[in-house]
Amino acid sequence: MYKKRFDGRKFDEMRPMEAKVGVVKRADGSAMFRIGKTIAIAAVYGPRELHPKFLQNPEEGVLRCNYNMMAFSGSGERIKPGPSRRSKEISHITEKALLPVLNLKEFPGTVIDVFIELIQTDAGTRCAGITAAAMALADAGFIMKDLVSAISIGIIDNQIVIDVDKEEEDYEDGMCDMPMAFMPKAGEVTLLQCDGFTNKEQLKKALEMGKEACRKIYEIQKTALKNKYKVEE
Amino acid sequence: MSLIKNHIIGLVNAGKREDGRGYLEYRKPIKIEYGISAKSAEGSARVCIGDTEVIAGIKMEIGTPYPDTPDQGSLQANVELLPLSSPEFESGPPSIESIELSRSVVDRGIRESRAVDLKKLCIKEGEKSWIILIDVYSVNDNGNLSDAIGLVALAALKDAKFPKYDKKTDKIDFKEHTEQVKLKKIPIPITVFKIGSKYLIDPTINEEKASDSRLMITTTEDGEICAMQKGGNSQLSVEDVEKMVEIAIEKGKELRKLL
Repeated sequence: MYKKRFDGRKFDEMRPMEAKVGVVKRADGSAMFRIGKTIAIAAVYGPRELHPKFLQNPEEGVLRCNYNMMAFSGSGERIKPGPSRRSKEISHITEKALLPVLNLKEFPGTVIDVFIELIQTDAGTRCAGITAAAMALADAGFIMKDLVSAISIGIIDNQIVIDVDKEEEDYEDGMCDMPMAFMPKAGEVTLLQCDGFTNKEQLKKALEMGKEACRKIYEIQKTALKNKYKVEE
Repeated sequence: MSLIKNHIIGLVNAGKREDGRGYLEYRKPIKIEYGISAKSAEGSARVCIGDTEVIAGIKMEIGTPYPDTPDQGSLQANVELLPLSSPEFESGPPSIESIELSRSVVDRGIRESRAVDLKKLCIKEGEKSWIILIDVYSVNDNGNLSDAIGLVALAALKDAKFPKYDKKTDKIDFKEHTEQVKLKKIPIPITVFKIGSKYLIDPTINEEKASDSRLMITTTEDGEICAMQKGGNSQLSVEDVEKMVEIAIEKGKELRKLL
């Protein structure tokens, strides 16, 4: 039985979080998001012309996300630079997680590039990346229906836990890992993955808890955005 | 671009720079932060020169020494100019600019200066030695990435500790660390740019583009030169080289104090 979390947190307690908007000055929009020891930075460029031309969509802009872990940011050996199967898939699901809040019809023929880099990792990297990217898109001035906030939920020995860290991810008897992203205001899901066993009732509970966690992340995102655009009175 | 170039050259000829600095003045402050990826990397650092920001991390592996240096470990460097850091950098295979920076600033600057005693990296002669892998990333390019990259690679090395190695199982335990990596020398690369007939350091992006020739010179605390790389499309006179070296030695002293 998983009665007490390795780092002593309550089952629904997230690690300390920090968000900052405008961390890459050359970019059109950027943000940093830290949850525990996982640190992600995201930068947005665009809308800009998309090359080669055949990739252009005359009806709407293309969102292109690139998720990357820095070579030294893993827990063991150096990660070889360049895209891997894992990073390509995460880039892809990141696009899908962000698309519902954007209106790309405004920008036909263009691309919006979102670059996500992980500086240090302790699990939950795709969620931290999505959370940072959503702030970066808002910072770049896109009109958005909502923000996107993401959290990883775990099920360890039938116990639902919020914000899984590396130690929990490596739990010896196995665990179920469920990253999710929400449009916090609408309460709708934009990312849902599951790696491990669960059941209908548990999933329902996990989604409820995930939504609640994302509301807290949303507050942090909003505060970070407001801090950058604070008007001196 | 040529309009901006003319503007920059005009300013420099009139004794000015676009942000009001002196020719040989760095943007202030130069910030160095250690352990920015302490959970993951064996050593890590961030350097900011003005709005230019770079980060570096060290990982270590065990490998076989090269046949011609059986009693030594090795040091490898990789610089990535992230498309995250500038609208001008593209995704894909490493650009020639990033390869040149990896090789000239980090590879030659740090290895050729023998900043790290490679013999200390040997575990068993001819069989096992440490490989130190330095990865440097640009986070925001606002000019003068090369000096920032040189500084951050050293800072990360200075921060690095060996992970625990178990000879019996031949495994590295990345969760535990033993001794600090020792630096015998602090080689500082300084790139001196020539614009018109003037020399200047720490260029802005516009100044970088307005410059036709530059020389990167790495010097140690003994005032010795350990690496050089000439860049840009125009030639330099011997007198130019001499003056640029003098600047690099003086400015090297200034930056070395920050580490």
